[in-house]
Amino acid sequence: MADKRMTAQDVVGRLRSGMTIGIGGWGSRRKPMALIREILRSDLRDLTVVSYGGPDVGLLCAAGKIRKLVFGFVSLDSIPLDPHFRAARQAGALEVVEYDEGMLQWGLYAAGLKLPFLPTRAGLGSDVLTHNPRLRTVADPYGGDEVVAMPPLHLDVALIHMNRADIHGNGQFLGPDPYFDDLYCMAAEQAYMSCEKIVPTAELTATAHPATLRINRLLVTGVVEAPNGAHFTSCAPDYDRDEDFQREYAASAASPDAWRAFRDRYLAGSESDYQAAVAARRAEVSA
Amino acid sequence: MTNVADPQVPATDATVSRAEVCVVACADVFRDNGEVLASAFGTIPSIGVRLARQTFSPDLLISDGESYLVRGAWPVGAPATGEIEAWVPFRTIFDLVWHGKRHVMMIPSQVDRYGNTNISAIGDYRRPTVQLLGVRGAPGNSVCHPTSYWVPRHSTRVFVPRVDMVSGVGNDRAAQAGPGASRYHDLRRIVTDLAVFDYHPEHGTLRLASVHPGVTVAQVQAATGFPLEADDDVPQTRLPTAEELRLIREVLDPRGLRNREVAG
Repeated sequence: MADKRMTAQDVVGRLRSGMTIGIGGWGSRRKPMALIREILRSDLRDLTVVSYGGPDVGLLCAAGKIRKLVFGFVSLDSIPLDPHFRAARQAGALEVVEYDEGMLQWGLYAAGLKLPFLPTRAGLGSDVLTHNPRLRTVADPYGGDEVVAMPPLHLDVALIHMNRADIHGNGQFLGPDPYFDDLYCMAAEQAYMSCEKIVPTAELTATAHPATLRINRLLVTGVVEAPNGAHFTSCAPDYDRDEDFQREYAASAASPDAWRAFRDRYLAGSESDYQAAVAARRAEVSA
Repeated sequence: MTNVADPQVPATDATVSRAEVCVVACADVFRDNGEVLASAFGTIPSIGVRLARQTFSPDLLISDGESYLVRGAWPVGAPATGEIEAWVPFRTIFDLVWHGKRHVMMIPSQVDRYGNTNISAIGDYRRPTVQLLGVRGAPGNSVCHPTSYWVPRHSTRVFVPRVDMVSGVGNDRAAQAGPGASRYHDLRRIVTDLAVFDYHPEHGTLRLASVHPGVTVAQVQAATGFPLEADDDVPQTRLPTAEELRLIREVLDPRGLRNREVAG
């Protein structure tokens, strides 16, 4: 059986500018932040990003990596709005395709099932249709209501972060919500999964119910072990959101100088430099 | 009209805060809703749905804000402590939204007279002056199940003649979009820090249902950016009963977080 282990650099080495990248998690919860940080270190640009957005979107906006965002919302949860995303939008720097969050799920699902569309009432009557003139409604062939035909959201690449995985690409969530990570993988040509810890397959179900194995290896191209790899988003039960760090991240949108200082302190080096800077910060704060 | 003062209940108005009147008005929005998922955003609506469940709407289902439906009553702003009765990750919530046994109370940034609401962006959509959250679930919520709104600061900035990006679908837009949109479209009420609105049954326009104690119709009109529809004799929003006050103050919000959302 294939050993799919690789590094975050390997993953980003397989990405190309202009690709459509789906990012798992939800808001500021279980985001593949180590992989996002690796994108920030690369010269990739003009990305189309599909996300239930959180600081993944904000950071990529701040670094000028996104050309087009496909989204339903961008939020940091405990901080309702992401200021980096807002700044990019308010500067007109971003093309957006905005969907109801259920439509976004339907688009990923349609892509995963290789269907031309999935029907839904969501969007009807709203300006989601006004601003997406490409969206069409469809008559019910059985005589019922005309509804929106949500088109598939095909992804070149999906990036997700799970609590545990094996070397073959079976992934496990141990927190309260699987979010939509499996749908991102199904919708993608290639799916890369980072995780807190890679363990032997048997260990995955030693104490957890098999239903927690939400990600199947047949969906996964590569596996990256990235401890603390969702930081500063939550990765329950391994760790909660780093609220204090998130506030510092949000404050870094206040000015170009503030962003530069944040970037120089946390994003200038490697992932281990990042984790060291986070640990040093924590020691400072608690001192 | 359940939001109108009940003469059977002794008024304790001198000691009742505006926030407490708002809590009860929000609770009344969920009266007689039966067994539905009651999803409330904001501090005062969160207290309101829990109050409704503890008193006149015992069958409501309430989320812990993460992935579980939880029984019992717990203080707003604190982790849920009751028995878990269901696992509802986001995709199960999405299923319930389209299924329809849900009543949501959202906080719009803009509302017009037909109940169209905006939580997406203010100004030119291509380059907004103020980027907000994004439409989230508002388009689907509003065409699939009962929808109400909470406006903590009633002003002409919120109540506008025309919203910039229709996120939650109003009565006129639902009718124009046809049966796909209107079949399950069901706008219920808007509670603000000044008043309670419902909708005219034929015209679908916002109608002043009651004003909070100490508020005049003229005050509400001055804070509303379009002409109000109101009967000549607008009733007063009811006061909490003694038991409701006790639950609010001792059980559901002992830290007084409601007063941070609405003062006075």
